[in-house]
Amino acid sequence: MTAAHSVLPTLAPLLPELILGVGVLVLILYGAFRGERSVEGVNVGALLLLVLAFFVVVAQPAGMKVTTLSGAFISDAFSRVMKGLVLLGSAAAILLSRDYFQRARIDRFEFPVLIVLCTIGMMVMASANDLIALYLGLELTSLASYVIAAFHRDDLKSTEAGLKYFVLGALSSGMLLYGASLVYGFTGTVSFPGIVSALHGETAGLGIVLGIVFVAAGVAFKMSAVPFHMWTPDVYEGSPTPVTAFFASAPKMAAVAMTVRVFIGAFPDVTAIWQQIIIFVAIASMALGSFAAIGQRNIKRLMAYSSIGNIGYALIGLAAGSEEGIRGVVIYMIIYLAMTLGAFAIILSMRRRNEMFETIDDLSGLSRTHPVLAFCLAAMMFSLAGIPPLAGFFAKFYVFAAAIKAGLVTLAVIGVVTSVVGAYYYLRIVKVMYFDEARAPYERMAPGLRIVLAISSVVVILFWLLPAPLVGAAGAAAKSLF
Amino acid sequence: MFGLGILSGLLLVPLAGAAFILTLNGDEESVRRNARWAALATTIVTFLLSLVAWGRYDATSSSFQLVESHAWLTDTIRFKLGVDGFSMPLILLTTFLMPFCIGASWHAIETRVKEYFVAFLVLETTMIGVFQALDLVLFYLFFEAGLIPMFLIIGIWGGKRRIYASFKFFLYTLLGSVLMLLAIMAMYWHAGTTDIPTLLQTRFPAQMQTWLWLAFFASFAVKMPMWPVHTWLPDAHVEAPTAGSVILAGILLKMGGYGFIRVSLPMFPDASHLFAPLVFALSVIAIIFTSLIAMMQTDIKKLIAYSSVAHMGFVTLGLFTLNEQGIQGALFLMISHGIVSGALFLCVGVVYDRMHTREIAAYGGLVKRMPLYAVAMMVFTMANVGLPGTSGFVGEFLAMTGAFRANPTVAFFSVFGIILSAAYALWLYARVIYGKLEKPSLQGILDLDNREKLIIAPLVALTIYYGVHPAPILDTFAPSTEALMTSIRAALSNTQTAAAALPLAR
Repeated sequence: MTAAHSVLPTLAPLLPELILGVGVLVLILYGAFRGERSVEGVNVGALLLLVLAFFVVVAQPAGMKVTTLSGAFISDAFSRVMKGLVLLGSAAAILLSRDYFQRARIDRFEFPVLIVLCTIGMMVMASANDLIALYLGLELTSLASYVIAAFHRDDLKSTEAGLKYFVLGALSSGMLLYGASLVYGFTGTVSFPGIVSALHGETAGLGIVLGIVFVAAGVAFKMSAVPFHMWTPDVYEGSPTPVTAFFASAPKMAAVAMTVRVFIGAFPDVTAIWQQIIIFVAIASMALGSFAAIGQRNIKRLMAYSSIGNIGYALIGLAAGSEEGIRGVVIYMIIYLAMTLGAFAIILSMRRRNEMFETIDDLSGLSRTHPVLAFCLAAMMFSLAGIPPLAGFFAKFYVFAAAIKAGLVTLAVIGVVTSVVGAYYYLRIVKVMYFDEARAPYERMAPGLRIVLAISSVVVILFWLLPAPLVGAAGAAAKSLF
Repeated sequence: MFGLGILSGLLLVPLAGAAFILTLNGDEESVRRNARWAALATTIVTFLLSLVAWGRYDATSSSFQLVESHAWLTDTIRFKLGVDGFSMPLILLTTFLMPFCIGASWHAIETRVKEYFVAFLVLETTMIGVFQALDLVLFYLFFEAGLIPMFLIIGIWGGKRRIYASFKFFLYTLLGSVLMLLAIMAMYWHAGTTDIPTLLQTRFPAQMQTWLWLAFFASFAVKMPMWPVHTWLPDAHVEAPTAGSVILAGILLKMGGYGFIRVSLPMFPDASHLFAPLVFALSVIAIIFTSLIAMMQTDIKKLIAYSSVAHMGFVTLGLFTLNEQGIQGALFLMISHGIVSGALFLCVGVVYDRMHTREIAAYGGLVKRMPLYAVAMMVFTMANVGLPGTSGFVGEFLAMTGAFRANPTVAFFSVFGIILSAAYALWLYARVIYGKLEKPSLQGILDLDNREKLIIAPLVALTIYYGVHPAPILDTFAPSTEALMTSIRAALSNTQTAAAALPLAR
């Protein structure tokens, strides 16, 4: 490790972030000078930047674990996998947004710019190795998110979503900051390795416990885990749909990466304290995600509750606190990304005569009018319900296996039972599409949607044929944390 | 070919057929016709392929044969297939029944024909997969994956309450199965693998066995179905299209029994011994109680569905006697019931296609217009009752013999099931077939056409053939049953010492 550190220049681990940072400044200038005519160019440029950054992240040497910027920034297998997911999610968000924004006449160059800025923040979150870097990344992400939530500024719901997100987000950032300051006050350091050595062999005092609780509250908000989930349904429903797709994908990856990084990276010796918090949050999220979704009519709200529930399942892996658990979390997030993007690609194609439809009943008889779409959405729903051989089953398999190994049998049993409850509302969508009478067909799908849907469907449906590469990558990522 | 063996071929052929049907295009009528023929060809090829596998199978050995193993999730969770004496007959039963299901759907399914046959072929792959899997995770994968096509078959092509029935079927079985998944994981961490042959050699601590057994029981008891978790079955049967009912009764119900014999009995012998009285009690209740319920039904399909639950009671009874006769009888009954109940549902389908009602009261005196049908129906009714000379007798008799050895009281009460089954089955036969042909709607009803004769004749032949000559099936089961009995006896005889020597379950 030390050899690698001395050979590589200090900024090399930062290369993907630097590329995005410089690139986005160029895009802003280009947009500012060319005005509204630049939209197409900025979109393509942002997409290329994200793809380039993705390949740089993938090409970073495997097994490398280096810190830079005085230890504030770490690049390891875990950060690389999570950054790869974040970049894919962001690129997909831009692909999903084009057609929608053009038709809604809010097609502005600021959107891709904000997405890229948000992405830089998320990548810093995944790589943060001290509390300050974590907060910097988090705030960069959040500020960009508030703006894009309200991107449809003439739309009452969208502005309301942005405002709500901002107020609650600021509150949660405050809580996180307060927790961080407590941790700093009681350990004398903000760096994660420093906190580890300060807590090593000590019994954690009340100050540390309080600090951890506040930090947990802050990260739970960003992941939209119960009991800090209240913003999710409203923001998901109010935001323009491509923005919802973005919120449900890339920022979730970053928030989970940050959570894992904080708890495993900074507090491995006081697992007993945060484990009970995570267990409670996981159970509450799974239960609420399953039961509250049953009554939903709007598919965006349904996806909001579904995302709350899914975060609960992912957190089971974290609650296990073991290498298998983190591997489960990473696999869960990979597969969750594919399922969410696929589902939103279809939600975004629910359009008749230039009008978007959002209720579940509007999917009625989809299998008659658009058999391929219906098949893909059914696959996504069965996968979200965790039915083999679809990918969602393997996602749940790995987190539950880790929980069983860690002896968290009650948690696992509650998890599988809520997953059966959750299966009910996923099945209802299949029922509407396959068992009910057909309605008028939708318009042709935009090319961007087709690309996203095709890739995610392949991942979801064929994962079982060749699971080894993704499982291996997740295993390496988990290993780098321990 | 491609490093894949004949068992992979059995999984791939139906999938390839399904993929081919999906690509069919053109005007609606030709698509329908081509889909039907393609599905029939696929199922027949699969059946022939399974016969080839049967030819290569050595029925005198109790070991796993035709094994193939491919890298999958990890080194210890592999894509491993193989067959032994328990699974081979069930695979043959599956591939054998499928062409009949396709034939029974020939004219009965008029809407979304393409999707229907695709769903059926995918279902066939998952059913064969369950019986072939030699890895518990793979077993679970196929076990659950079958829910998706069956959900669609009931929900899209079912009767009036199809949506209720499909949801109930899906959620009920899913709830049972997820606990099994957790148990599989616990076994994985204990033994370090989910490889079934390895797990068969593993001794789990007694306390752990108890929990694992209960978790697996939750799944298999629902699938079986055992009283009191059988309530999804009558709904699913009544609403499913004819071919769906045939598959449900013929194959899907056998998965529970197969699970018991593959996992619960050999891997958790102590727990099986401990819980045998519970299973006996539930089985006897199922046999008597559901037979009484069957008597009061006014819907033909529902009556047969309840009679299936009662027969499955004999299967669980036989399995948990933990002696050769009981287990052999239960296994034979599974095969026999697969053929007979499947055939009964096909017979119901024949009159349903003509009259579009399943009410018993709507029929009567059919023997006047449909003599051939009356003969076929009589053979299957007698087999369902367990008349000597039909395949139904052999299994029930052996299962009861085993039960008598294990527990005479249980055997005594289960005999009432046979009496009651004679009552409801013969009464059904009398009300539908005999009597005066008075109802005006029945005056023009036609006897079996050529397609139906072709479907029903082989089943009649098999029912009688296996009734007088059950040896081929019993001999196939025998080596595996013997091996199972040896291992159970060995396990039970040193339970005390083993339980004390091994650490407690963690």
